[in-house]
Amino acid sequence: MKKMLAAATLALSMSTTGMAFAEPLKIGMITTLSGGGAGLGIDTRDGFMLAIKNAGNKDITVVTEDDAQKPELAVQIADKMIQSDKVDILTGIVWSNLLMAVAPSAVAQGKFYVSTNAAPAALAGANCNKLYFNAAYQNDNLHEAMGEYANKGYKKMFILAPNYPAGKDSLTGFKRYYKGQLAAEVYTQVGQTDYAAEIAQMRASGADGIFVFLPGGMGIAFMKQFAQSGVKIPVMGPGFSFSQDVLPAIGDAAVGAKASGQWAPDFDNAASKKFLADFQKEYNRLPSIYAVQAYDAAQLIVAAASKASVKNADAFGAELKKADIQSPRGKFKFNTNQHPIQDIYLTEVVKQNGVITNKTVEKIFADHGDAYAKDCKI
Amino acid sequence: MTLALALEQLLNGLQLGVMLFLMAAGLTLIFGVMGLINLAHGSLYMVGAFACATVAAWTGSFWIGLIASLAAAAAAGAIVELVVIRRLYDRDHLDQVLATFALILMFSEGTRWLFGSFPLYLDIPPLLQGAVALPGGTEYPVYRLAIILAGAIVAFGLYLLISRTRLGMRIRAGESDREMIGALGVDIRTLYTVVFALGAALAGFAGAMVGALQSVQVGMGEPVLILAFVVIVIGGIGSIKGALLGALLVGVTDTMGRFLLPKILALFVAPAQAGMIGGAAASMLIYIVMAVILAVKPRGLFPAAHA
Repeated sequence: MKKMLAAATLALSMSTTGMAFAEPLKIGMITTLSGGGAGLGIDTRDGFMLAIKNAGNKDITVVTEDDAQKPELAVQIADKMIQSDKVDILTGIVWSNLLMAVAPSAVAQGKFYVSTNAAPAALAGANCNKLYFNAAYQNDNLHEAMGEYANKGYKKMFILAPNYPAGKDSLTGFKRYYKGQLAAEVYTQVGQTDYAAEIAQMRASGADGIFVFLPGGMGIAFMKQFAQSGVKIPVMGPGFSFSQDVLPAIGDAAVGAKASGQWAPDFDNAASKKFLADFQKEYNRLPSIYAVQAYDAAQLIVAAASKASVKNADAFGAELKKADIQSPRGKFKFNTNQHPIQDIYLTEVVKQNGVITNKTVEKIFADHGDAYAKDCKI
Repeated sequence: MTLALALEQLLNGLQLGVMLFLMAAGLTLIFGVMGLINLAHGSLYMVGAFACATVAAWTGSFWIGLIASLAAAAAAGAIVELVVIRRLYDRDHLDQVLATFALILMFSEGTRWLFGSFPLYLDIPPLLQGAVALPGGTEYPVYRLAIILAGAIVAFGLYLLISRTRLGMRIRAGESDREMIGALGVDIRTLYTVVFALGAALAGFAGAMVGALQSVQVGMGEPVLILAFVVIVIGGIGSIKGALLGALLVGVTDTMGRFLLPKILALFVAPAQAGMIGGAAASMLIYIVMAVILAVKPRGLFPAAHA
């Protein structure tokens, strides 16, 4: 009788958790939970933990720490997580400069790194690594999509980004696909809050379209000031400029802006609907693309861990690379450099029932990889 | 480049300068009267912006929010002075910097605890929405003109307060000889609290005005604080007149630098590189100006009277 009961309990637990895990798996999440960029990190953490919770497996543990958007702090946390917490996988970093400080040394120590956002070109080409996966995109992707979109109907673009590595990747990506003329190419300070001087130049430039890459508070400040300026040139940008973490603070000034993204809340597939419902139920707000990316990163890890032990790096890496998940983005697979191949869409900021959010307009790229994969030899 | 564009950029510089003045006036007043370096001044700016955004969201009126921002920042300033700052006047500057830096961290994390990590929404009042035509055919946002006007009124008000009232007389007396006015029977402790609350209210006012134009988020005060310190160092620490001229100089230099340097560089190198190098050089420009002024006048443009 006792044996039967035990077997029944075991069977029951198997059915709710999917597959039993061979051994415990420990994930270290380093992300930005304080300071101006905290909104992005909190969405990353919440999206990730949602997928972990849905998996419902007690063998997976996650330790989370705040990097305060400081590279030196991120490095200290990574060392501590690897040496004393003994994590198997690191994840969660939002910013490319922090990722460059952490990921190369983590993979050199034999740990997996699964990126939920940052995707610098330096790790996608010749310096790709078997243990480094990116579940989000490659940094250039969303900007490339806007360059492609701008070819339709825009002849003279004014392009603007902050003066740091991801800002340069952004304008490089845009120019890789945009064929028209450039009215101006302007780099602003990181964290700049007043754009009056740049908006005056836009007014005088004679441009017929404006592309801005300004994540977080920078984008909020720019859009509010642009709306007041009386300049009537259409604004577009990568999804980060108009993602759900900043839209409520920009308000009506964002409505009508065009952006590129791998996901929007109106995606019509079962995985997306489930994700949206679960996220709103759990956290009582709309998720941003950072949350989707982290959700998929966690799903990828859970899926791989159900098939292979993380201690066997080759087998686990091979399972990760299969990307056997139901992504809210729809199609999702890994390229040879372990960055996504996915569809990229044009979205538009709309106001629906009083909520400002993104709506899908059309597909810009189907099965889009990145420009660096050909240099990756793994 | 046209005259209209140059005029617009000049107004932008003026507006940035006026906003910096509101921050720098409080900072320099507090230093002048009490000899205190207050790093937490940026936090009071943030308190003003958050108070305005919250009250405006409750009541639907920016103007009530603006009054709330003055009240909240002045109250926060008075409490901070009574609880913490009061113990620091006799300490050296290192202790003051440490304690007020700790205040920054407490204000930031306290605000995050209360309001969360996502930026708040604060919009420009309907009365000041939109743009007006300027001579030369260009348009300029009404709200930025309103900031310039508000700054001018505050500057004039401060001038009247300091030169024409009893409180102003005591502030001037406090600047020139702290021990003596105490000995003459003026309640120096109350005067300090009042001056600190006044400086805080100015910072809160700036935070609310600018919050409608930028993003209301945790940590918004620190970048402005650095510029405000540049302003008072250029103007002469402790001098309100110096703060006004320093603020306008920094505002116009920064705006014109961001606008003109890439254009000048574009005559010599490719546009993409001119943008990158010019942008980097423009961000250094105000510090270069500060270094040059300090080399010529080591105590700033208008050094305060006491040594």
